Formats: sequence, structure tokens, C-alpha cells
Amino acid sequence: MPDSPAVVLRDLVKRYDGRPVVDGVSLTAARGEVTAILGPNGAGKTTTVECCEGLRAPDAGTARVLGLDPIGDARELRPRVGVMLQDGGLPTGVRALEMLRHVASMYARPRDVDELTERLGLAGFARTTVRRLSGGQRQRLALAAAIVGRPEVVFLDEPSAGMDPQSRHAVWELVRELRADGVGIVLTTHLMDEAEDLADVVHVVDHGSVIASGTTSSLLAAEGSDGTRTVRFDATPGLDLTGLSPLLDPAAAHGWTCQELRPGAYTVTGPADPGTLAVLTRWLADRDVLAARITVGRRTLEDVFLDLTGRHLR
Amino acid sequence: MSAPEASSTPSPHAATTRPGAPAAPWRRVAAQTVFETRMILRNGEQLLITVILPVLLLVGLVRTSLIDLDTGGADRVDFVTPGVLALAVMSTAFTSQSIATAFDRRNGVLRLLSTTPLGRGGLLAGKVLGVLVVELVQVVVIGGVALALGWQPHPAGLAPALLAVLLGTAAFTSLALLLAGTLRAEGVLAVANLVLVLLTVAGGVLVPAEQLPGALAHVAVLLPSGALGEAMRGALVDGAVPAFSVVVLLGWTAALGWGAGKLFRWH
Repeated sequence: MPDSPAVVLRDLVKRYDGRPVVDGVSLTAARGEVTAILGPNGAGKTTTVECCEGLRAPDAGTARVLGLDPIGDARELRPRVGVMLQDGGLPTGVRALEMLRHVASMYARPRDVDELTERLGLAGFARTTVRRLSGGQRQRLALAAAIVGRPEVVFLDEPSAGMDPQSRHAVWELVRELRADGVGIVLTTHLMDEAEDLADVVHVVDHGSVIASGTTSSLLAAEGSDGTRTVRFDATPGLDLTGLSPLLDPAAAHGWTCQELRPGAYTVTGPADPGTLAVLTRWLADRDVLAARITVGRRTLEDVFLDLTGRHLR
Repeated sequence: MSAPEASSTPSPHAATTRPGAPAAPWRRVAAQTVFETRMILRNGEQLLITVILPVLLLVGLVRTSLIDLDTGGADRVDFVTPGVLALAVMSTAFTSQSIATAFDRRNGVLRLLSTTPLGRGGLLAGKVLGVLVVELVQVVVIGGVALALGWQPHPAGLAPALLAVLLGTAAFTSLALLLAGTLRAEGVLAVANLVLVLLTVAGGVLVPAEQLPGALAHVAVLLPSGALGEAMRGALVDGAVPAFSVVVLLGWTAALGWGAGKLFRWH
């Protein structure tokens, strides 16, 4: 099965005490791509990934990694899969480099530990015990341990949690390099920028289900298929929007949707043109309201999530 | 910086040359054994309980008569040393192992290592072998001190004593895994230390079960601690392990091992 995708999930269900945490997730992650599973805490991201790692048995549906069953074919699969757990999974009593060398010793031809140490900036704390490492240092060490065996698929559960911007940059660079080498990367995150900057494909999950999937660019597409655009602005909460639509274009007032998605965050969707902004800012000025932000078109994954659920990602 | 090899190139002959090939099983288990041993021996608290405490008990019981022992005519050191060795086995196979495993479980170490080629089986094997290596260190240290104190073990009992150590290790490691896999780490820390103290005082380890007061005498022979103590004394004092102790240890191993296999939670 050399051409099997990195991951194929079909109708995956996992319950804890009868309560479904993963509720019918279906998705595919390709090799040579970064696939992000994006969602708020408690959405079922970690459980989904744990089913792929062979750490949990699904209650229904199937998980296939490189065409293999993560539990039934574990022996064959383990050497080909790299895992970075959300809580690290690093023994606290050993030194950082000791841990990395130990994991490397599980493989016949691991990556060069020294090179990896340098790439991820581990040298500075190589002899420090894991207990004393900062969150970002632990994450970098855990990532190194995940890829030291030259895996074909890598699962990264919240890789940027607790990382400083510099560490994050080093990690993202490495992830891009792995992708260029044909490795399939599946990462869970609740950070929009991580998904937007790093992922080729994003699956948005909420309450254990995938509520939107697509390439990052398609999800963030600025323009609707019918030529509509969305203008977003942040201002004082509770503005009465009823009078805004007729001002925008008296002839096509019904073609405009104005709403306050959450207190202080508004969207105006319709056939926007340069005149739209002039009308909008005039309207705000008449109410003596200074907008904190006005954007046209470009949605963020936060917006996507908000549009789908009416709630914030975090 | 070495260019990483393209790992996506499929090849029918990839089984041995594929980048992500696992190390040989024995190498993985050997590496885990060394790793586990090092972690135990480097931990000050563990060392205190597994090596220093038994040695202090040995010297204290042999050199002072604070505690009145009915040695049945044997030299004090010959009578005490087997019990101290039994205690040492319990401290490593049970207390030390249950605490280490419980914290590894809480910290996700068990899960992470089980996703590497080591797997759950290799992890377990590494843990058990790590226990045996630490026990070897204990036997050398405690045996050395005992010999210096004039210990003369029954020559015919050395092989049976080894058997008793292995059986005791099996029973107490099973108990350790049962606790570590079901309770919270802090709970294991408390229970494992408490149980060790209780078994040491009243479990027929240092003092033979028959010399314990009242009903305890009948209960202690059925405990894994009492059975291990009897087996060690039988081997090193009389040259033979009582069959009853062997049966008791095997029974506990079967029951606890079954329980651990059924109830152990990795998360």
C-alpha cells in the first residue's frame, strides 16, 4: 500500500462514558501536505489524533494510517509514524539529549541527533533534566523525538502550545521541510495563525464533528461565488444596523446582510464596492462612532469558525 | 546539515532499507532496560528506599538486639539477611516500580513510548528487566554487607533463592502495575509506601509469619510478602524453598497479573 494517504478516517466515533467526544469524523490527510484539525478546546481533536496513533480504539468507524490499522497493524506502523503528544510524554528525570538519544535508539537508521539538536536549538539545554525545561523547550524536544525516526506521517498535537515566537518559527520551518520531503503532517491546533500559515488543508471541528473542510485558501476565500464581499468592522457594541442597508444601495437593499456577530464585531455582506466604505464610515461618523478596525474581504479562520458556530474559537 | 532522505519513495524492497525501520527488538528492550535502570538508580528517594534502608535494617537487626528475634538456633545474620533481601525485592519490584510507572503514566511517558517501535510489550519488558538489574545491585550490596557481618548462606539454597527472587518479583511487579495503572499518581505514592511499611512490620518479611501475634500469623503466610520471606529463609537457611510459598507466590502473580492486564489504563 505504498500510495495510501497518510490518514483516512471514516465516520470515526469515540465515546467516553457513553458521551460521544468524536462523533462521526471523516477526513483524509495526504502525504506531503500539512493537514490541520482546528477547533476549540474540547472539540475532540486530541481524541481523533489518538485514534490515529493507536492510543485509543474507536467505538465505531475506521481509522487508517498509511493504509494500516493503527491498532491491528501497530507493529508495522509504529516505526513509520512520529508522535508529539499534547502533554509531552517526556520522562521528567532524564536529561534532554539523553531522552532524544533514547528514542533514536528505537530505530535502525534514525536522523542524526546532533543535526536535529542544532536545527531545533536544543544544544543550550541538552544536559538539563526535562523537569527543568520551559514549556517551549519541552515542545521542541518532543518534536525532535517525534521525527528522529524518519517517519512518513507525523502527528503533532498542539505543537505551538507554550512556545515563544522564536521556537515557533524554528518548528514551523522544520514542518515545512518535512512536508517538502513528502512527509504527511497532521496537526491539531486552536491557533488560527498556525493553521493559516502552516496548513495546506484545514478541517474545522466542533463538538466532535467536522463542520468545514477545505484548502486553507478556499476556506478563506475573500469573495463569495455570487460576487458578494464581506466588510467587517469592530466598533462599540449594540449599534442599531437597521438603517444601514438602505443607505448602502437603495436599489438593492435586500442584497445586503448586516449583522453583529458578537458584541462589537459586525459584518456587512453584499456587492461591496469602493462607495460602500464611504457610506459605512459616513454612517459611523454620524453616530460619533470610531471603528477600531475595518477589513474588506479577507476572512480569517476565526471568522470562518464564528460564521459556522456563532462562537469564538477560544 | 545532512539532507533528509526522501521517505516517500515507495519500493517493493523497502522493508529493510526504508528510513523508518525499527531497531532489532532486543536492542529496543535493552535500551529501555538501561533507561529504566538509570532512572531508578539516579533518583535519590528511590535509592534510599531500595538500597540504604535495607542495609540500615540489616546492620541494625544484626548488630543490636533492640528487636527480640527467635532465630530458631540460627545465627542472627543468617536469619535476618534472607528477610532483608525479600524486603529489597519488594521495595524495587513494588514500591519503586509502582511510583515510577504511575508518574510516567500521568506524564504521558507510557503513551509516548508505546507509539515508538518499542511498543507496549517492549516497554513492559524493559521495566521488568530494569527491576531485575536494580535487584542485582541490591543483592550485591546487601549480600556484601551481610558477608562482612559473617553471613553464611546455605550453599544448596542459592539457586532456590534465585527462584524465590524471580517469583517474588513477578508477584510484586504485577501488584505495582495494578496500582500504577488504576490509581492517581499521588495516590500510588501514598499507598505504595504505606503498603511497604505495613508488609515489612506485619507481613512476615523480616519476622516469620508464625512469630506474628494472633490471627496475623495465619494471614501473613498467605500474603505475597510472607510467602517471599518464607521462601528466602527456607532457601538460604535450610537450603530449600517451601512448596507452599511457591504456590502462594504463583497464585498472587496469576491473580494480580490478570487484574493488571484487565484494569491497567494507559491514559
